[in-house]
Amino acid sequence: QNQIGQADISMSRKYDRRTTTFTPEGRLMQIEYALEFINKRVPTVGILTKDGVILGAQKQQKSKLLEVEKHSEKMYAIDDHIVLSASGFTSDANILIDYARKAGQEHYLTFKEPLPVEQLVQLLCDRKHYYTQFGSSRPIGVSFFYAGYDRYLGFQLYCSDPSGNYSGWKAHCIGSNNVNGKSMLKDEYKEDMNLEEGTKLTLKVLCKTLDTTNPKAEEFEIVRLTLDEGIPKISTLDEKEVKDYLEKA
Amino acid sequence: PPPMECIFGLVGDGFTLLVADASARRSVFLYKQDEDKIFPIDEHKAMAVTGEPGDTTLFAELIQKNLALCTLRVGVPRSPHATAHFTRAIMAENLRRSPYFVNLLLAGHDKDEGPSLYYLDYLASLQKLNFAAHGYGAFFILSLFDRYYRPGMSLPEAIKLANLCIAQLRLRFVISTPAFTAKVVDTDGVRMVDLKNEGVRMVDLKNEEEMVVVEE
Repeated sequence: QNQIGQADISMSRKYDRRTTTFTPEGRLMQIEYALEFINKRVPTVGILTKDGVILGAQKQQKSKLLEVEKHSEKMYAIDDHIVLSASGFTSDANILIDYARKAGQEHYLTFKEPLPVEQLVQLLCDRKHYYTQFGSSRPIGVSFFYAGYDRYLGFQLYCSDPSGNYSGWKAHCIGSNNVNGKSMLKDEYKEDMNLEEGTKLTLKVLCKTLDTTNPKAEEFEIVRLTLDEGIPKISTLDEKEVKDYLEKA
Repeated sequence: PPPMECIFGLVGDGFTLLVADASARRSVFLYKQDEDKIFPIDEHKAMAVTGEPGDTTLFAELIQKNLALCTLRVGVPRSPHATAHFTRAIMAENLRRSPYFVNLLLAGHDKDEGPSLYYLDYLASLQKLNFAAHGYGAFFILSLFDRYYRPGMSLPEAIKLANLCIAQLRLRFVISTPAFTAKVVDTDGVRMVDLKNEGVRMVDLKNEEEMVVVEE
């Protein structure tokens, strides 16, 4: 029996009831548990290319009786120029999505121009962070991928986690088997990729992180943010297009 | 306060020129003739303000500092379009509470939009224009601009037009406004210019010297 290991666990258990207590080793267990929760969720991939940002996720067919939703449970348009993919509790995500949409319109009301992407990321992260510092509330159990375009920084890809931390990414992968996904991205992502190559790589990484050996087009949800004559456009690939990419990948 | 002060501006080829009279006055008293009413808001934006004496400086600095905050948040300065609308939003919010009695002209330069001039009055009416003016002097200046302004004027031509306006004010406007300051906003940023108007005293505040030109 590893006595040190046991001591660690029991020590952590004393300090993990609340978000507002550090453990003696300097860890915030509730936040770490929330991050663990995300790691068990459905894999999501985000890739930044020079002519667009691609977000891809597995579409879970939880039951045959489930009514096929007209709108996605993972991909949410915040405004014309930003799309988010949510991993974690859908209910937690919904509140933040609504807040993000409102923030986008409020910004437009004052500045008469689209909300800069990083500013939106910061707003949502500040909200998530609030629940990690003040007592009686659990952290928000959602990680977001943000794909956006603005005139200041062009195409951008960010990822935030339940702790309220975020980073800008060229390519990233979260959810189950993300370690495999990340290593594949490290090997195969190239900074001068175009949209086509990026989409192929997204599907390739998703296939790797999924448990199935026989991927079907309807299992994937791919959303792309591009510029159409200078105006940002969010589009979802339909089943046929996904099938074409799967064959090429 | 009665609009005795005068500010005007025009958009030229790759630049925006802002001219403001340099007097600070209250009722019949003239406090000073070297007041700089053109505030640099940003690296590539400037705002000329007139109106209630306290409100003007307060409002200009409010916009300056809020924009600095906006720049920090995004990492890059805001576009002149966004700045103008933001300024208007602040003006409009306070209109039905405690209004800012400030009339202003916002000049900006942007690598995508080019040079721009926005007119904003104390009732929060915002308009993007090629040339604009505030105050009684506007009656004279706008007529001259209507007659002589052309889009894409060079800086010397714009200065010549500004001088024409100033000369007209000297001739026909009942309130004597002998001193003016002028700033230009272009790709290099915001800088003072010398209008070199004969018979008009140009105040060069950077050097804190008066540039007295030959009197007629």
